[in-house]
Amino acid sequence: MSTVIQSRKACTVNPLKMSQPIGGALAFMGIADCMPMLHGSQGCTAFGLVLFQRHFNEGIPMQTTAMSEVATVMGGLDNIGSAILNIQQRTKPAIIGICSTGVTETKGDDVDGYLKNFRATHPELDRLALVYVSTPDFKDAFQDGWAKAVESMVKGLAEPSSARREGSVNFLVGSHLTAADIEELREISESFGLEATILPDISGSMDGHIPDDFTPNTLGGTPVEAIRRMGEAELTIALGEQMRPGAEALMAKTGQPYVLFDRITGIEATDQLLDCLSQLSGQPVPGKYRRQRSQVIDAMLDSHFFFGGKKIAIGAEPDLLWNIGSWFSEMGAIITAAVTTTHSPLLEQMPCEEVLIGDLEDLEARSAGCDLLITHSHGRQAAARLNIAFLRMGLPIFDQLGAAHRLSLGYRGARDLTFEIGNLLMAQEEENRPDSWPLPTEDHDAHAPFAFG
Amino acid sequence: MLQNKIQDVFNEPGCSKNQSKSDKERKKGCTKALQPGGAAGGCAFDGAKIALQPITDVAHLVHGPIACEGNSWDNRGSKSSGSQLYRTGFTTDINELDVVYGGEKHLFKSIKEVIDKYDPPAVFVYQTCVPAMIGDDIEAVCKAASQKFAKPIIPVNAPGFVGAKNLGNKLAGEALLDYVIGTEEPEYSTPYDINIIGEYNLSGELWQVKPLLDHLGIRVTCCISGDAKYHDVAQSHRARANMMVCSKSMINIARKMEERYQIPFFEGSFYGISDTTESLREITRLLIQQGAPAELHDRTEALIAQEEARAWQRIAEYTHRLRGKRVLLFTGGVKSWSVVSALQEGGMEVVGTSVKKSTKEDKEKIKEIMGQDAHMIDDLTPREMYKMFQEARADVLLSGGRSQFAALKNKMPWVDINQERHHAYNGYEGMVNLVKQIDLALYNPMWPLLRKPAPWDMREAQT
Repeated sequence: MSTVIQSRKACTVNPLKMSQPIGGALAFMGIADCMPMLHGSQGCTAFGLVLFQRHFNEGIPMQTTAMSEVATVMGGLDNIGSAILNIQQRTKPAIIGICSTGVTETKGDDVDGYLKNFRATHPELDRLALVYVSTPDFKDAFQDGWAKAVESMVKGLAEPSSARREGSVNFLVGSHLTAADIEELREISESFGLEATILPDISGSMDGHIPDDFTPNTLGGTPVEAIRRMGEAELTIALGEQMRPGAEALMAKTGQPYVLFDRITGIEATDQLLDCLSQLSGQPVPGKYRRQRSQVIDAMLDSHFFFGGKKIAIGAEPDLLWNIGSWFSEMGAIITAAVTTTHSPLLEQMPCEEVLIGDLEDLEARSAGCDLLITHSHGRQAAARLNIAFLRMGLPIFDQLGAAHRLSLGYRGARDLTFEIGNLLMAQEEENRPDSWPLPTEDHDAHAPFAFG
Repeated sequence: MLQNKIQDVFNEPGCSKNQSKSDKERKKGCTKALQPGGAAGGCAFDGAKIALQPITDVAHLVHGPIACEGNSWDNRGSKSSGSQLYRTGFTTDINELDVVYGGEKHLFKSIKEVIDKYDPPAVFVYQTCVPAMIGDDIEAVCKAASQKFAKPIIPVNAPGFVGAKNLGNKLAGEALLDYVIGTEEPEYSTPYDINIIGEYNLSGELWQVKPLLDHLGIRVTCCISGDAKYHDVAQSHRARANMMVCSKSMINIARKMEERYQIPFFEGSFYGISDTTESLREITRLLIQQGAPAELHDRTEALIAQEEARAWQRIAEYTHRLRGKRVLLFTGGVKSWSVVSALQEGGMEVVGTSVKKSTKEDKEKIKEIMGQDAHMIDDLTPREMYKMFQEARADVLLSGGRSQFAALKNKMPWVDINQERHHAYNGYEGMVNLVKQIDLALYNPMWPLLRKPAPWDMREAQT
């Protein structure tokens, strides 16, 4: 249990947090043939685009309504309309996902109204899906933007269904899952003979693959049609507390039950997921996972020596913080510093004394003397100054390759993470030296050291 | 206020592109109206930040919601020889209450915190869209803070929605002209003092040129803004000559420094061997004209002869491998002619070059270098560029990060020449390095491996 406190500084120094609209945009990037768009100044999009490009090493589909000063004051009705028409003409996507920004929210643009108006005047574009989500920059954080975009997609696209398709399951996944995690999730559910709809699915679009041909829209992801048919599934499984509103919305719309797993890493977390899939499908847990489970146990046996009592500092969004922090705690490490970006019911349950909603300056101040610092790439300066081991986790990771393929879900994810971090901690172990065990100085200062001769 | 500033910047007489316009056109400004759903580029705030962030020892404080700084901080390759403070992200990260009640007090308190904790020689405060909309007067806050804390607090008034990156570059220049340049006197000056304007020291490129100048006894009193220190900028008005690089992004600084402090300037480039030589000659000529001893001329020529020969000798190792290789150069247009001549020096054929942001003069120069049938591309959609490499109409792409995938996803080589790049390409050293990087990219043994289809695909293709 921990106390959640909010930083009281006026000036944020070295932000941990990123903005809501680009969190929303990334969720839309997990939809097939989609063009995400920010309703704001063109810079809002440009910053997000560069950030994602450097994290994923991929071309990023992301547009802007290019609001000028005048347009902002007058309201964005015209810009929204002409942006949609322009995108439709140039890239012909199946769906445009629109996120508002600080500028247009400050003006108070009624985008839902604009879209209604647009629909009425452009019936020829009825087949083009349009999903809007309100994500002002001056509220909440990246994870919230992702969650709200998923909720909007569910509300706007999923349809109720009287028929349930046997062996069909929905996954709503949080922003803390990588493309590799989603790939693993799909493989696991397929091995139970289940047909999974994963929303959003960035493993189809942002996993770094060679497309057959050029498309300016997303290269893959959840098909819009599959979202519409989510009501046919037997069960919805939400991964991450941030997915609760989305799961609730889906249940409200389709009457479908849902279960929520707030963790994806670790033996128990994976047991629960696999057990749920086993019961749903009526299939036994496949032999390969029983084997992997015993590999995780062995990995923990081999590496727990290096985790025990180690002091860990983590800066991450709530769901990622909860997932990785809980896992570290299970491994015997101590979370001595935890900094996050936004509120979540999980924060109070964190296995540490205190969780701070703050920035990387706060994290750095709390990390001195730690054995390992974990946060996104922007933590590299702090880790270098403190001279402590540094593990990049979260988004953005722009100074290392393969961010999309870091796996932490399932037994394999836990096994590999155990070794990766175990190695980092092992490298920190200090060699014993002749002066490793000095006597306490104050007791002996009074006596001069014995001198020969 | 800001509108007047923007008009002033649009009227820039030093800008040849601007001078070729009618009065009416000029009033409309440099930036084309951005197309909703079809725009791709940074905003004015981004441009201002790019231009000033390389000043290393000041705090750069962004007044706005988290997006403006949180999504982009410490993401550029500008290097410092000293302070790392410029890589620290400072932002007011304004919330809903600020939007309702105004963010001026929040900004003032933030400035105080920054000074208390980091004590920089100055704080640069950047305006963004949301506080501009709710009427936060950053100029007034900065003025009050300057007085209260006895420290220069510089307002940079370039909210994103007033225009594109280029406008932001110029508004940043105006902030330096209004609040920094000429506000301090140097301890001493020499007849060999120059400023370099519009050079951002990406990947440390300035340091490829500085040894040449050091060797000649020429002192770069200030580079605006690569690896600059605040006091150097404040004292830069005592230099004898200014060199302006990077096209027109900071022409207003060069021209107004000439107007106010009688510092002559020239427009030059350190990209390519002949451009480097030309620039060294021009620096020397201006310094002698301003009173430096004439013997500088001979020393400069001797250094040029020696360094050119050394560079050519090293490039010669590659020319036989690079001769006839077709390059598509996509730079956004800034100074593409200087890179074109550099590539030709390396034996390559430039099959196309972008001129989107080039001036009329730049285009003339490209024609001069590439011939009348120069393939100048005004704008190339990603799809068209992708097709070019799919059809192998070029062997290698030189571009910024955004277009890299047109080549890479077609299994064709790409060399990064944009601001996030890891390699430095300035001066004689830089040209040798660029040629080396192109050679490495073209001749990596993995290409044939990647292009060979999987065995089953080959079998299926045969049947």
